[in-house]
Amino acid sequence: MDKFEKITGVAAPLPLVNVDTDMIIPKQFLKTIKRSGLGVNLFDEMRYDDDGNEVPDFVLNKPQYREAEVLVAGENFGCGSSREHAPWAIKDFGIRCVIAPSFAEIFYNNCFKNGILPIRLPQEQVDLLMKDAEKGQNARMTVDLEAQTVTTSDGEVIPFEVDPFRKHCLLEGLDDIALTLEKASEIDAYESRVAQERPWV
Amino acid sequence: MAGKTLYDKIWDAHVVHEAEDGTTHLYIDRHLVHEVTSPQAFEGLRMSGRSVRAPEKTIAVPDHNVPTTEGRDKVIENAESRIQVEALDKNAKEFGVHYYPVSDIRQGIVHIIGPEQGWTLPGMTIVCGDSHTATHGAFGALAHGIGTSEVEHVLATQTLIQSKSKNMKVEITGKLSPGVTAKDIVLSIIGKTGTAGGTGYVIEYCGEAIQALSMEGRMTICNMAIEGGARAGLIAPDQTTFDYVQGRPHAPKGAQWEAAMAWWKTLYSDDDAHWDKVVTIAGEDIAPVVTWGTSPEDALPIDAEVPDPSSFAGGKVEAAKRSLDYMGLKPGTKLSEIEIDTVFIGSCTNGRIEDLREVAKIMEGRHVKEGIRAMIVPGSGLVRAQAEEEGIAQKLIDAGFEWRLAGCSMCLGMNPDQLAPGERCASTSNRNFEGRQGRGGRTHLMSPAMAAAAAVTGRLTDVRALS
Repeated sequence: MDKFEKITGVAAPLPLVNVDTDMIIPKQFLKTIKRSGLGVNLFDEMRYDDDGNEVPDFVLNKPQYREAEVLVAGENFGCGSSREHAPWAIKDFGIRCVIAPSFAEIFYNNCFKNGILPIRLPQEQVDLLMKDAEKGQNARMTVDLEAQTVTTSDGEVIPFEVDPFRKHCLLEGLDDIALTLEKASEIDAYESRVAQERPWV
Repeated sequence: MAGKTLYDKIWDAHVVHEAEDGTTHLYIDRHLVHEVTSPQAFEGLRMSGRSVRAPEKTIAVPDHNVPTTEGRDKVIENAESRIQVEALDKNAKEFGVHYYPVSDIRQGIVHIIGPEQGWTLPGMTIVCGDSHTATHGAFGALAHGIGTSEVEHVLATQTLIQSKSKNMKVEITGKLSPGVTAKDIVLSIIGKTGTAGGTGYVIEYCGEAIQALSMEGRMTICNMAIEGGARAGLIAPDQTTFDYVQGRPHAPKGAQWEAAMAWWKTLYSDDDAHWDKVVTIAGEDIAPVVTWGTSPEDALPIDAEVPDPSSFAGGKVEAAKRSLDYMGLKPGTKLSEIEIDTVFIGSCTNGRIEDLREVAKIMEGRHVKEGIRAMIVPGSGLVRAQAEEEGIAQKLIDAGFEWRLAGCSMCLGMNPDQLAPGERCASTSNRNFEGRQGRGGRTHLMSPAMAAAAAVTGRLTDVRALS
């Protein structure tokens, strides 16, 4: 997994609540058997019209946000399906950090597995960052995972919380499976015990 | 010390390792796999030279992409869908997991066949790369959706790294009124708590109205726990549960059944258990419900009107405006005056035999209105066969419904069953998101009985008022 340490880049404002995973990546793009190449279809139905032309008003089509690395959004971001294609599409587009007042849980988990940092902040602070993002490409935000801070283009520093284990994995780019396989003897022991206690499982 | 909730008990029984910060490796008893969220996981195993740790606990079935028309076992015309299904065929064989191919009568929606085949049992931990895994919570199992990275993690280690959720109790007291079903209960709950009301929680549904439900109804409720934002939803197992499970192909038998029952009977929340959040709704207050917008929380009784966006607060004002624009609706319109084009009956929410019986009951002596496309997609090959044996299928065909083969179908439109732009659908599925059933398609969620009533009149209709 790619490491996440610190990024400084353009933030795109998406002031919508309940952005669901069908919006992030519609079903027709779930037919891939790969993880890559989904960025072009990120927010497909909002980003393109029925003929496949770009909708100029959509934030990621605006010149100043085409290289966005941060997304600032409304509450309950990523609700709906468990499709990991959602974070794959976000990452493939180039966005490494999503900031919102709240996230749906499965999406939130999936981000960490893909080198994306989801940051939960109180609504007032998201509102402030949304305003900062609306300034466009000259307003670059800095997200520092080690320090657990977001710094606005004006230099205002906003601290955020993150689970220590997830932070560690993201900073180091660690592979969960390799970590878990180090616990193989504990899994063996669990299985032996349960084979006695609940043999029907 | 406070007693334990059902969730606490299942959690405790599955802890393999707990770190000081509470991060826990939880053992997974059943891993369900479908073709859309698994190919990258199997490929990951292959690339790292890993194997499936417990193939005997892993069950695979293609459901999302499969056409629901005859001949699909010979060829799937859409190349991408075919490649995904073929990839699952290959992976299931190579890694030696249980598999129900398209040609098998037991094939169906993963959340329907798990319980049907007795893979789903009380007290288990069950995961699948699919958010509607919550369905299995109806058996008093801890069941939830995971992403593809976690699918790979479970395949390789049979564990999942988790932190514990909080406990939420949703109690439905008293009895339901006639014409009100499980779907109305769960839509009413989400209407009240919102789509993020359950975020951070595992919900236990309880109360007289829940206990009175069949397993099918309980599955409908737990299925949509995720639509309320919860990690999982569950219902304590009781005699209704045990009766459903007993005799299923993979359910325990003989002495093992007795041993299992002894443990299952301890699976309930203690009277002095701690709840972080409690929601109580009187069963008598629940009416047949439909959704008007593009979020499952946009649910109202059928006798209500399309709301004015300005009646909401915060970000919901803009969201409601956007919803009404997408749905082509005006505030103040009576919900019962909204005309539909299509009826979809099926999905992991409402594709079980009881749902089809309910539709057949409503359609008795009635016919689908001319010009309405009405489709029934049974949740599994066995549900379909049972409906045919009971004579329901023929009645529904005679009443004007298309009678399809099993799969996820128009719930998410990954196969050819999709809405056209602007097409309005009365649907028994679980999500009314923009574009969910087809780009530009407009979805109204409701119970099978309400969808049948809409099929008869061609508009959203109170099933209780059907003459």
